[in-house]
Order: sequence, then C-alpha cells, then structure tokens
Amino acid sequence: MIRVLEQIGRVFLRLFEETGLWFTMLWRTMAWSVRPPYGVGEWFRQMVRLGVDSIPVVFLTAMFTGMVLALQTFIGFQRVHAESFVGSVVALAMLRELSPVLVGLMVTGRVGSSMAAEIGTMRVTEQIDALEALATDPIQYLFVPRVIAGIVMLPFLVVLGDALGIGGGYLVAVRLMHANPVQYEINTYQFLDMNDVWSGLIKASAFGLILTLTGCVRGYYTTGGAEGVGRSTTAAVVNASLIILLSDFFLTKLLF
Amino acid sequence: MTVATNMEPQSDPNAEPMISLQHIYKSFEGKEVLRDLSIDIARGESVVIVGGSGTGKSVTLKHIIGLLRPDSGHVMIEGRDITEMRPVELNRFRQHFGMAFQEGALFDSMSVFENIAFPLRRHTKMTEEAIAARVEECLEQVHLHGVDGKRPSELSGGMRRRVGFARAISLKPEILLFDEPTTGLDPVISDVVADLIVEMDRTLNTTTVTITHDMKVAFKIADRVAMLFQGHIVEDGTPAEFQRSENPIVQQFIEGRAEGPLTDGTNE
Ligand SMILES: Nc1ncnc2c1ncn2[C@@H]1O[C@H](COP(=O)(O)OP(=O)(O)OP(=O)(O)O)[C@@H](O)[C@H]1O
Ligand SMILES: [Mg+2]
Repeated sequence: MIRVLEQIGRVFLRLFEETGLWFTMLWRTMAWSVRPPYGVGEWFRQMVRLGVDSIPVVFLTAMFTGMVLALQTFIGFQRVHAESFVGSVVALAMLRELSPVLVGLMVTGRVGSSMAAEIGTMRVTEQIDALEALATDPIQYLFVPRVIAGIVMLPFLVVLGDALGIGGGYLVAVRLMHANPVQYEINTYQFLDMNDVWSGLIKASAFGLILTLTGCVRGYYTTGGAEGVGRSTTAAVVNASLIILLSDFFLTKLLF
Repeated sequence: MTVATNMEPQSDPNAEPMISLQHIYKSFEGKEVLRDLSIDIARGESVVIVGGSGTGKSVTLKHIIGLLRPDSGHVMIEGRDITEMRPVELNRFRQHFGMAFQEGALFDSMSVFENIAFPLRRHTKMTEEAIAARVEECLEQVHLHGVDGKRPSELSGGMRRRVGFARAISLKPEILLFDEPTTGLDPVISDVVADLIVEMDRTLNTTTVTITHDMKVAFKIADRVAMLFQGHIVEDGTPAEFQRSENPIVQQFIEGRAEGPLTDGTNE
C-alpha cells in the first residue's frame, strides 16, 4: 500500500518537475527572443520548414476530416430531418475545433518529432556544447527560431485547414448526398461569428508554441546516445500531443 | 615532484594564473567524478592533462569553459570567477576560448566553410570577403585545402578533428582547449596533429589545455603534464619530471601496465 502511494507520489513529483522545466524553458526562450542578434534568416528557414513543408499533410488531413464530418452528420441529421444544418455543423466544428487540433497534432508528428531528433542528435554529438563554447546560447540559436516559426505558421496552416475542411464537406454534401448547393453554402455561413475564426487561430498559435517548444526541450535534454534520441523523439510527440489536447479544453473554455 | 595543492601563495603576485581551478567537486547522480581538483595554469603555458578513460578529463575541461558548473569550488579565468557569472555574461566571456571537441562536434547541417565562419558571423562585424579570407587562413593553419564546400559527414575523422581546430581558432582565442585531439587516429596522423597543436600554441601564443591518454602526444606538446586520478591531480610537472616520477600510479600509466594502483582503484 505504501509502495503504491510512493509510486503515485513519484509520478506527481515528476509531473511537477516536467511542468516547471517546461515553463522555465518557455521563459528563457521568451527572454532570448528579444535579445540581438536576431538571425532572421534562420527564423525564415524554420518557417519554411514548418509551414510550407507541412502543407501536403494539412491538405489531406483537413480535406478528409471535412468530408467524413459532412458524411457522418448528414447521415445522423437525416434521421431527424435536420439536413439543412450540416453546413453549419461542419463549418463550426472545423473552425473552432477540428482544424486547429488536427493540424496541431499532425504538425507535432511531422515537425515536433524532427526538432526533437535534430536537437537531440546535436546534444549527443556535443554540437550543443560546441555552440555554447562558441559563445552562442543554444536557446537563442535553436529554440527561438523554431518556436517563433510555430507561433507564426500554425495559424496559416489552420486557415488552410479551415478552407479545405469546409470545402471537403461541401463536396460530399452536394455531390454525394445531393444537398442543395446554394442552401448549403448559405447554411455554412449562417451562424458563423468572427469569434469562431479568431478562437481557432489563437488556439493554432498556442499549439504551435506547445509543439515546437516541447520538441526543443525534449531534444535539449537528451541523454544516452542514439537510443536516447529515439526516446526523446517519442516523448516529444506524446508530451506535445497530450499538452495540446489538455490545453485545448481550457482554451476553449477561455475563448468560448 | 610537485603535487598540485595550490595552497602555497604565488611566487610572483603579478603573474596571476590564466586559468585556476580551485577545489572543484562535481558529482553526477551521486557518482563523484571530481573531488577537490585544483590546478593553476599560467599565461602562455601548454598543459596536458592525462588520465584513464572515464576519470573525468572531459568533465574537467568543460568546467574550464563553464559548460559544467562545479558543485563547489571556483573556476578563475584571468582572475574572474566564471562560476559566479550570469549566463549572458559567461556567454560573452566565452569568446576568449576556443575549444576542440573529442569528435569534432561540427555542425552537420553546415558546410566546413560555414562551420568555421559561424563564430565570425555571430561575433564580429567582418565583411563576407574578410570572413572568407579568415576561414582560408584558419584552414591553412591546420593544413587543410579544398574542403570548404564539403559537409562534415563527407570528411574522415582526422579531417573533422582539424576542421574543429580551425573553428576553435577562428576568433583568435587566448585560451585553447583540446579534448582528446588524437584519439582514434593512426599514429602518423596523431603525430601530425600533435605537431599542429604545438605549432598553433607557438604561433597564436595561446594558453593551451589538452586532454589525452596518449603519452607520446602528451610529452610532445606539454610544458607541463598533470595526471588526473580519482577526481584530483595526483602528479604535476614538466614532461621530464613526469617521466622520472616515482609515483606508482604515474609509472603504471606511462608503461601501460594492466596491474597496479590505477586498475585497483577503478575496480569499485
Ligand atoms: N553530463 C553527464 N551526466 C552524467 N554523467 C556524466 C556526465 N558527463 C560525464 N559523466 C560521467 O563522468 C565520468 C567522467 O566522464 P568524462 O567524460 O570526463 O571521462 P573522460 O576522462 O573524458 O574519459 P574518456 O577518456 O573516455 O573521454 C564518467 O563516468 C561519466 O559517466
Ligand atoms: Mg573525454
């Protein structure tokens, strides 16, 4: 019994430690981001890597999510003769919830993991020590451009996801389920509010911060050679995904 | 025989040591690696620290440049305590140092040229032409030609090591640190690298600290050899003194015997 309690205690302690570490690193990243030199070239390179290179993944994810969402709601709503609301449901769900979360998770898998692997490899091959020895702070040089890329680029990807999801839903509803195109379109915009768009974009930025920072932190604290890099990569994806899903709830509550 | 205690006052009060490690203790997860390590290194001196694998030689070197902080003790560089510096200040202070890592630690996302240009671009306002000229000069110094455009992964171990040297000297540091510059190289290249270090030490007039377990290299480049054992310096003297030392630990190490106090001590 005591042993069980001890185990639980240890898990909580670790959780607190990790949370503390995460926020410390967030603070250090913020502090370094306002200090010169800025290395704008590197910021741009990371934005391309995170933003532009993620377009195909976002394209497929958002499109098919919109499509399946339309399909499912159409089937469901047909039973209560509420087909005319499918457009609203798809638009609201995509804008407020699905596009930010799914894009966040997909980019975590694609970019968060590769950041952890890259920085982790730099750690185990002493490249991070070399950076410091060359009077360059690794937080400033590695974290800042990546985190900024996440905060800036995720909203763009989410806008793309929004458009594709709603477009995909439209295609399915109109082409497959023979909804009235004009009616569907009107219905899509009928209940939308600017706040729906904004809340999605704010979430996107928050997720961009979470996934890049988690990837960087996990990579930075890698120990134990190639195996350690593997562990960090997995941890980066699992941690970032969990934090995204948890914070999603609280952000939604906060932003309505 | 001058066992480093550093308790006695400096013979010349003006000749403050360039590097002074004072009673350094360092443990990792309860495992004590450095225990009351003290050593003074004068300006312009070339000191070699020898010792067995895993005795904490790299850890010692990382303390000198502030990559690790001691659990207790002080690291004085030019009379300034770097253990008390704020990170930003320490970061700036590191421009006095050049460090060559055990495996080179080149940035593998950059070409050789970009690796050597990296500190110049970050810390100087040199023009691109001046940077190119300086990179060329550094590569010249380590006797490498026509590798600027290559990626670190395309180079041999010895070449990577030398590119690491070139990067370390690009900002014309006052202190050069070499972590096992010859480990894993064939005897001939080892000798070439040792010559190179002597040459760099002379021409650049730096204070040099080298870590190695190759005694031949040690005797070649050292003004002074110090031996690290069980977390502190057990022997410290000129190469000649070191070779004549009656300390059984040193004897065993120089001769490379399997039995002796060295191996008894590590069978914890
Ligand atoms: N960052 C670290 N975290 C935990 N333990 C460490 C760390 N760095 C070094 N150690 C431990 O300290 C001891 C000394 O390591 P160090 O790298 O200084 O050895 P070394 O003398 O350089 O050996 P080698 O000749 O093999 O390079 C080792 O047992 C190592 O496990
Ligand atoms: Mg070592």
